[in-house]
Amino acid sequence: MPQINQLPDIFISQLFWLAVVFGIIYFWIGRGLVPKIQSVVEDRDKKIADDLAAAQRAREQAEASEEAYRERIDASRSEAMKVAQEAKHQAALDTEKRLKAVDAKIGKKVAEAEGKIRTAADAARRELEPVAAEAASELVSKLTGQKISAKDAETTVKAVLHG
Amino acid sequence: MAEAGKIDPMHQFTVEPIVPLHLGPYDISFTNSSLWLLIALALITGFMMMGMKRQLVPGRWQMAVEGLTGFIDDMVKVNIGPEGKKFMPYIFSLFVFILTANLLGLFPLSIFPGAHQFTTTSHFSITGVLAVLSFSIVLIVGFARHGLHFFSLFVPHGTPKIMVPLIAGIEFISFMVRPFSLGLRLFVAMIAGHILMEVFGSFIVNGFNGGPLGWGVGAISFLFIIGVTALELLVCAIQAYVFALLTTLYLNDAVNLH
Repeated sequence: MPQINQLPDIFISQLFWLAVVFGIIYFWIGRGLVPKIQSVVEDRDKKIADDLAAAQRAREQAEASEEAYRERIDASRSEAMKVAQEAKHQAALDTEKRLKAVDAKIGKKVAEAEGKIRTAADAARRELEPVAAEAASELVSKLTGQKISAKDAETTVKAVLHG
Repeated sequence: MAEAGKIDPMHQFTVEPIVPLHLGPYDISFTNSSLWLLIALALITGFMMMGMKRQLVPGRWQMAVEGLTGFIDDMVKVNIGPEGKKFMPYIFSLFVFILTANLLGLFPLSIFPGAHQFTTTSHFSITGVLAVLSFSIVLIVGFARHGLHFFSLFVPHGTPKIMVPLIAGIEFISFMVRPFSLGLRLFVAMIAGHILMEVFGSFIVNGFNGGPLGWGVGAISFLFIIGVTALELLVCAIQAYVFALLTTLYLNDAVNLH
């Protein structure tokens, strides 16, 4: 086995070259390059995490503004509804008032017309009385030959007419 | 390969000097083992540098590098917790180095005559040093953080008073065995796989040199070696993972102490 046979001769040489090679690997690659590579990896991980956090924040912001927008839309819709309701109510009230006014005017006209009719009827009736009394006295004189004073005839006719 | 017709499955593990070097009294020759360590280093460096563009949106290569660091980072975080961050470079270096060295050992360079790949992790002079290094870090971290209280690691919670000496002895032994199990597991897995492949390879060569019966043996060996190679690829990754995972678990003991 050369590993054992040669050991006394080669051990120092092996140790020396191993020390050189492993020393370079450890001090230059292990302690020099590896941390640099790790820092690159860490930077990248950090950047990815930051970007993700920023994206998350942007998303939250977007959600918040959408929420606000929806609230505003809702508010303005209910406002519009209220205004429309009020306008309708107002219009109904107006119509009612005008209707009432027109109603009153018409009522007054009707009452006036009725009064006129009544006075006309009264006048007619008053004109009728002397005619009736005259006719009655004439009838009486023709039937009985008696003369009745105009005053008596008048009172009698009035009594019968208003009777 | 030794002489013609005789295939030595252990020969692949021989360390051969390429450039003899001396540092004082010590022989630090540049060997084929050193060469393959440097190739592993070059591959790892190339792999990492290709992923160092540091773009916010990563390319394919950067994704691969980030996947590897993320994998080790997760392992350290899960097993040690947030305090494990400072051990991450060490675990990463271990995993990447062992994985690359293991996979390089399976590189089919032998198809070029004369060339031969070498598995650095099949030498316990490599794996053992790494295991001792891990174990030393565990000890240093443990004593630095908890002082002598670190010895309470040998007495698990809820141990009955009478059992304390026995349990402590067992725990101590299992603790001291850690560097050996760590280093030997990797070393044995690598050497066993490579010997197995070499042996079946020699069956193919010798079988097809033999008669009709030998052709059958060779064909079966060929089918078998395909499976073994696939299994070895899996073992390479698993052994690297196990080494790194066990080191994090031991570090967890030292950092969090129950």
